[in-house]
Amino acid sequence: MIPVAFDYEVAESVDHAIELLGQYGDESKLLAGGHSLIPIMRLRLAAPAVLIDLGKLENLRYVRDGGDHLKIGAMTRHRDLAFNEMVAQHCGIVGYTAGLLGDPSVQHRGTIGGTLSHGDASGDMPSVITALEGSIVVQGPNGERVVKAADFFQDYLVTDLGEQEVVTEVRVPKLNGNTGWSYKKFSRRSQDWAMVGVAAVVERSNGSIGSARIALTAMGATPLRATSVEQALSGAPRDAVAEAAQSADEGTSPASDSAASAEFRRHLARVWTKRAVEEALSR
Amino acid sequence: MRRIKLSVNGVTYEHEVEPRLLLVHYLREGLNLTGTMVGCNTSNCGACTVLLNGQSVKSCTLFAVQADGHEITTVQGLQSNGEWHPMQTAFHENHGLQCGYCTPGMILASVSYLKENPNPNEEEIREALEGNYCRCTGYENIVKAVQQAAGQTS
Repeated sequence: MIPVAFDYEVAESVDHAIELLGQYGDESKLLAGGHSLIPIMRLRLAAPAVLIDLGKLENLRYVRDGGDHLKIGAMTRHRDLAFNEMVAQHCGIVGYTAGLLGDPSVQHRGTIGGTLSHGDASGDMPSVITALEGSIVVQGPNGERVVKAADFFQDYLVTDLGEQEVVTEVRVPKLNGNTGWSYKKFSRRSQDWAMVGVAAVVERSNGSIGSARIALTAMGATPLRATSVEQALSGAPRDAVAEAAQSADEGTSPASDSAASAEFRRHLARVWTKRAVEEALSR
Repeated sequence: MRRIKLSVNGVTYEHEVEPRLLLVHYLREGLNLTGTMVGCNTSNCGACTVLLNGQSVKSCTLFAVQADGHEITTVQGLQSNGEWHPMQTAFHENHGLQCGYCTPGMILASVSYLKENPNPNEEEIREALEGNYCRCTGYENIVKAVQQAAGQTS
């Protein structure tokens, strides 16, 4: 349970981190809050030769008003988000989900940039940012680029992040008063990974549903949009939810593992999509 | 090896450490502060909880080098001038100690939580302690202790 020995560098700035990534190449790994990385290093599933610690980059720890969206610094801790008033007011699903991750001690360390960079399809925040159609700001040697969440998560633990790039910011839309949200996570025990999670962002329109954006956790190699449910709900009356949710698992490819069989995950996706959309409509 | 300088229970220490040295091992074996327990080793059980700049963290999931320049408080640094912290007294009076193994982590996680939410209800306390496991008895007396301490500090 002791990690393989590694060299340790402290990044003094984002530019310095990029420089260090260039120097050490794919032998190195960025360390943010460490609550995905350190456990897998302890299990020796990962053995980077060099860790580049971003822990001093307090300038990446913020929530700012971006007009129609919120800008969240990559080193913002989950616990910061769980208690942030601007997040609660404009994009409550992010604060709610941050407060759901791990436990308070984990939330004190874990960061939004870290959990997105890790890109685990069983993680909750990737689905939430996907359902919000948020974007991820990435900085590299050639400057900054903004990547849509849909393009960021590419495969199991694989993101669009280049070898010499650092996530610096996450952008999420401000939700208007007609938009409700829900994140539903099903697991056996409180700290477990989601067997299945459902993030729903639903816009109400004249007593019926305007549009719905739904993203599923742990139903494939990346967060997956439940597109057939979204299409069925577009402009639909509220009582259409139960039937629409029956296609939530369409186009998914859940794994069978010790937590749940693929068939059970499909069942859960249908059940929790219905409940998530209903909760979003009432919120 | 890497030189670190940090404050632990109000005392400043400077040591050369291997980067892979976990904070919990630095505290127990480097500083002989064995009040901090090693439990599950997988970031789940909370036995190794300490305060980092006043906030609860799991010292098995932090390298000692990451604590460089920061303030650590372990259960052995909670008392002041020989007086127990109100949370320690509350655990004592409600028999929240039980076998004692999870107690340092329970106390520190609770101290940290009351700073965030000084007047929690029972359900909130149980949720706040979800990352701290008791494996000998149960949570009734632990929750009562936190309720008592919350009443005193609010």
